[in-house]
Amino acid sequence: MATDYSKYLRMEKLPLYWCPGCGNGTVLKAMITAIDELGWNTEDIMMVSGIGCSSRATGYVDFHTIHTLHGRALPVATAIKMCHPGMHVITFSGDGDSTAIGGNHFIHACRRNIDLTVIIVDNWIYGMTGGQYSPLTPTGTKASTMPRGNIDPNFDIAELAKGAGATFVARGSVADPISLKNYIKKGLAHKGMSVIDALSNCHIQWGRRNKYGDPVKLVELIKEKTVTKTKAAKMTPEELEGKYILGILHEDKEKKEYTEAYKELVEKAQNE
Amino acid sequence: MSKAEIMNGNELVSEAAIAAGCRFYSGYPITPSSEIPEHLSKRMPEVGGVFIQYEDEIASAMAAVGASYAGYKSMTASSGPGISLKQEAIGLACMMELPLVVVNVMRGGPSTGLPTRVSQADVMQARWGTHGDHMIIAVAPETLLETYTETIRAFNMAEKYRTPVYILTDAVLAHLNGRVELPDPSELEIIERTQPTVSPDEYNPYDVEKFGDIPPLPNAENFPKYKFHMTGLNKDKTGFPTVDVAAVEADEERMINKIMNNVKDIESFEYYKMDDADLVVFAYGTNAAAARVAIDEAREAGIKVGMFRPVTVWPFPEEQVAELGKTFNNMIVTEINLGQMLYEVERVTKGNVEISTVLQAAGVPIRPQQILDKIKEVS
Repeated sequence: MATDYSKYLRMEKLPLYWCPGCGNGTVLKAMITAIDELGWNTEDIMMVSGIGCSSRATGYVDFHTIHTLHGRALPVATAIKMCHPGMHVITFSGDGDSTAIGGNHFIHACRRNIDLTVIIVDNWIYGMTGGQYSPLTPTGTKASTMPRGNIDPNFDIAELAKGAGATFVARGSVADPISLKNYIKKGLAHKGMSVIDALSNCHIQWGRRNKYGDPVKLVELIKEKTVTKTKAAKMTPEELEGKYILGILHEDKEKKEYTEAYKELVEKAQNE
Repeated sequence: MSKAEIMNGNELVSEAAIAAGCRFYSGYPITPSSEIPEHLSKRMPEVGGVFIQYEDEIASAMAAVGASYAGYKSMTASSGPGISLKQEAIGLACMMELPLVVVNVMRGGPSTGLPTRVSQADVMQARWGTHGDHMIIAVAPETLLETYTETIRAFNMAEKYRTPVYILTDAVLAHLNGRVELPDPSELEIIERTQPTVSPDEYNPYDVEKFGDIPPLPNAENFPKYKFHMTGLNKDKTGFPTVDVAAVEADEERMINKIMNNVKDIESFEYYKMDDADLVVFAYGTNAAAARVAIDEAREAGIKVGMFRPVTVWPFPEEQVAELGKTFNNMIVTEINLGQMLYEVERVTKGNVEISTVLQAAGVPIRPQQILDKIKEVS
């Protein structure tokens, strides 16, 4: 059955203020569809965002929502989860927000393994501020602050999250929204820190500077640059150069979740 | 019935926070405030509250804002450099109009400065540390007992006015151990944020037309029922961003006026031996204790001197200090910095009074003798 999006959106706040063709809407749709399939009540969902184009998503969804500061969604989300462990807490922010200014909070939220679902709309650029390079801007490509091509190496969000201690890590893309929705759904259902790297198109700020000003062309490029985990397993390191591996890349159901650990601490303190 | 305890200033802030209903503390280690998180790491789980030591000062301040949004009374504490890092979160609490208590155990600065030494050099930071037009409430206790009672009052004002409130202590007060008669919990006035009585569909967190200048804000129990949006952007009554000129102007002014229109409720000050005084000392915080000794000694020598001591330092007691300016010919301003509240005193007394100063930023308390010498010099 088709999803009734009006159940999840603040319809009076539409239209979305994003550029036509922006991948943010695709990722948001994947998230809403995943929530719909899980049958969650909007009263039980808390969505937290930082600053940037994608972070404006919190304004459009009819959950508990807070649009915080640049890079700071995770400390706020962690606090709210600690206050209301029964709520489903989701963060929705961009690549620059999540991994540059918010990088420290990101690795520590992963380390704690607190039950949050972190959706990173990874469009390789700071869109809102005018196309400056982020830690995810592909090396060699242009940005408004890298007019001769980016010399910075990139983070691999999935490896970073896994190394830092997250217990569910997946990567999807707007070129395959059904799989993206499925990863988000599994991430939402996972008890622990789940990170979904959602590759997305910013054809305006990244695309126009790199001959991909057409959203369809850019989504095609994302398709070319991505390869599923299954296929990647049969490829050589040379063949995988510059590719993004898609799929559920890490899952650990054993590590203790943080609010559970805290609950035990409270019980211990109260029984002393 | 009260009970007597030997405690230091940091422990008293912590215990008062719990008595005030604070159930969320987030912090980061820094001298000389570290006994606050140490104490609360033990106590919060005992009372079913949340304690988290975050990865940095920024996260710990943002977390306290998040907890307040989620209905909890929350607090974060730090000292100089840490408070600098917390400023963006304090501004967010101003804009979102969320209750928040921030403790600054003042130490010498700028920068790393004097981590273990006393200072009052952050009073202007408390007022203007975060960017943008805003009003702030700050209290500066002088004694251990007052550290406890002012912490309670800080929480009450934060909840009542939906605003961040600073508690400005210092390295001396933080580590001063003393016997304190704590008030009986049943005698404490504890204020909770006003709760919405309208249905969740009719509730907006900034609907001033419906609710007045300080709209209700769901507590932890009601939070799950009331879905609402908050942002650090200038907002409309529903909490959504706006750039409407009239709406922004009205909101900016309201956020300041919700405090300034209630100054009579927020203000707190002491006149010490002022009835017959012909010279007044302006002092606050622990430095007022030194001034008090100096005044007592000066009176023994026949000098009629008194003290005006603001306990609420922000908003500045403009009316009272302006009146002192008109009444007295001479005033001594003393503070453990190179002259910060001095600017405020000068501003509001408008040149009506001759101002002398006893100022020092050397990491040590100003001694009563220094103030006494100045009293003798100008009287």
